[in-house]
Amino acid sequence: MTVTMAKAINTGLRRAMDQDGSVLLMGQDIGALGGVFRITDGLWKDFGDSRVVDTPLGESGIVGAAIGLAMRGYRPVCEIQFDGFVFPAFDQITTQLAKMRYRTAGRVALPVTIRIPYGGGIGAVEHHSESPEAYFAHTPGLRVVTFASSQDAYDVTRSAIASDDPVIVLEPKRRYWDKSPLETGDAVLPLPLASIAHAGSDVTLVCYGPTVRTCLSVAQVAADEGRSVEVVDLRSLSPWDEDTVLDSVRRTGRCIVVHEASVSGGLGAEIAARVSERAFYMLEAPVLRVGGFHTPYPVSRIEDEYLPDLDRILDAIDRSFAV
Amino acid sequence: MRLIASVWPLCDDESVDDLVQLLTPAGQRVEHPDYRLALEAGELLGLYRDMVLVRRMDVEATALQRQGELGLWASCLGQEAAQVGSARAQRPTDMCFPSYREHGVAWVKGVEPLQILGLFRGVNYGGWDPRERYIHVYTLVIGSQALHATGYAMGVQRDDTDDAVVAYFGDGATSQGDLNEALVWASVNAAPVVFFCQNNQWAISEPVERQSRVPIAQRATGFGIPAVRVDGNDVLACHAVMSAALETARDGGGPVFIEAFTYRMGAHTTSDDPSRYRIADELESWRAKDPIDRMRSYLETEGILTADQQLALDADSDALAAAVRAGVLEMRNPEPLDMFDNVYAGAHPLVTAERASYASYLASFVDEARS
Ligand SMILES: Cc1ncc(C[n+]2csc(CCOP(=O)(O)OP(=O)(O)O)c2C)c(N)n1
Ligand SMILES: [Mg+2]
Repeated sequence: MTVTMAKAINTGLRRAMDQDGSVLLMGQDIGALGGVFRITDGLWKDFGDSRVVDTPLGESGIVGAAIGLAMRGYRPVCEIQFDGFVFPAFDQITTQLAKMRYRTAGRVALPVTIRIPYGGGIGAVEHHSESPEAYFAHTPGLRVVTFASSQDAYDVTRSAIASDDPVIVLEPKRRYWDKSPLETGDAVLPLPLASIAHAGSDVTLVCYGPTVRTCLSVAQVAADEGRSVEVVDLRSLSPWDEDTVLDSVRRTGRCIVVHEASVSGGLGAEIAARVSERAFYMLEAPVLRVGGFHTPYPVSRIEDEYLPDLDRILDAIDRSFAV
Repeated sequence: MRLIASVWPLCDDESVDDLVQLLTPAGQRVEHPDYRLALEAGELLGLYRDMVLVRRMDVEATALQRQGELGLWASCLGQEAAQVGSARAQRPTDMCFPSYREHGVAWVKGVEPLQILGLFRGVNYGGWDPRERYIHVYTLVIGSQALHATGYAMGVQRDDTDDAVVAYFGDGATSQGDLNEALVWASVNAAPVVFFCQNNQWAISEPVERQSRVPIAQRATGFGIPAVRVDGNDVLACHAVMSAALETARDGGGPVFIEAFTYRMGAHTTSDDPSRYRIADELESWRAKDPIDRMRSYLETEGILTADQQLALDADSDALAAAVRAGVLEMRNPEPLDMFDNVYAGAHPLVTAERASYASYLASFVDEARS
């Protein structure tokens, strides 16, 4: 079966709700409308008001109330409408949700999932195109995941909900309508580690979410130019799969991290630091990063200048080989 | 499971008895004991003209979005009276803080239509100077601007002028933490700010009952802020109520909360599909309360609006629409390197370095093309 990523998430949510009566969805416009991206389409009709809750308009309320529900034995899945609107809930997420297990000496688990459509490239107005993953990956106590295929969308959605830790699920919104194969198994897998999305031997591209597809195109183009590119899809951002990345980099000797978020202080900096620490003598060139600049996300008419694209990644590959 | 909706009846939001009204839906002028209005014929005509032109601009913007010239448009269809009436009541130096649908307010404040459309085309994040127009740029994050308005009003208070400040927001916004904090702050500081809530019955797909079990205005009183509900489709009532609230604020009476009871006639934005969540009948019943129609019949009955004037206004509307269209089509994209401007007041080495390196990257394509 080939389905859109949006449909795969929807199917994953439905399956989780079917299997576990304590799973409930909360968010703005997720009921009759099915969410602004229609990810929860049909769920309110089938599961009703008690399990699909159109919340009042307040993100701190959504996450704060989810914490209480979780303490009472529920598994809330919160939808934040857009990346730029998660910040009113930032305090509840970083100060309460992330630390509760620690503060209660392990007595209180908060199996809360927070789904956030994230990233740019959809021609949106401001606050609708951001990549806030570094804030969350920087916060101990949170697991942070994303995906780049329908199968991973389905699996990650279900494993995030099943996790006894709070999980931030960053959904690459500009890939929602991309179609790829999906098998809807019953087994709930553990949260995934990295996967090799394309095998290669000359340079490793580390990417996740929306930039995976871009990097796969890069691999095609580079192949025509005689360069063999390995594409590592991280999938999980906290924890991230050091072993898979290092194994790849030890084979290729070159590493480039690609993400949409500003590179300064971004996840790429963390990855570059670890790779340098653990594989310094295997590197043929410094680890490079391709991503957004140290500016607010720019207006949509020039967002393509900000987003890492084919040319900028190929350019980075050239620079890596020029060393 | 006990969900509250099943045990606690909703407030009767349809009961509009307590709404201040000076013009009935049929266009009949009525008096209200607390709100008198003494506007000259020219001013009345001006309110009508504003509403007609704003609607024409709005309709043109929707068309431009459909044709791919705007990324998005948030229509203010149906809310012209609330916006024009409340904005015309302000003095030029009364600062206001809009959300994203206040095109009628921006219009009255002297913002050029093309300056409004830039954000929706995606060429800027706010095309005007807030200090010049006394209207801040649009705020898309729900509720944030209510605190900005409150802080600005606290500044006005310290400056010892009798300016007043207005915060615009929707019914959905009243659930947001920032909005509630703004009410607390304004109240305890007696800040000269008017909270103007356009209750258009919907926050995207969520009806106002999802936000409040009582009429929204009633909430304000709990914060110690006097509140009034006004017929938001009655431009005269909105003008009168706002004028009175601004006077209270100017005179040191502290904040006032106005709930303008109105209706979002269009979709939430051009990305929205209301057929998924609301019934056509509702729209029909509100169409009968259209803010422009009722003002027109009033002005015609009074002989203030003649057939010739209406013809001239129609011509002006068409000219405005044509100018908006032509202007949007001519709107240039920013240059790529503009992205690095205005991140900081002074130099920032990282931004400087990234700009330089991106400039030489872009130049490398030009060189390639030449060679
Ligand atoms: C903090 C935040 N959360 C969510 C959104 C997404 N959103 C945009 S408009 C809207 C509904 C707003 O409703 P209301 O306040 O009634 O204003 P209206 O659109 O009806 O004018 C929502 C949820 C947002 N812009 N900001
Ligand atoms: Mg509303």
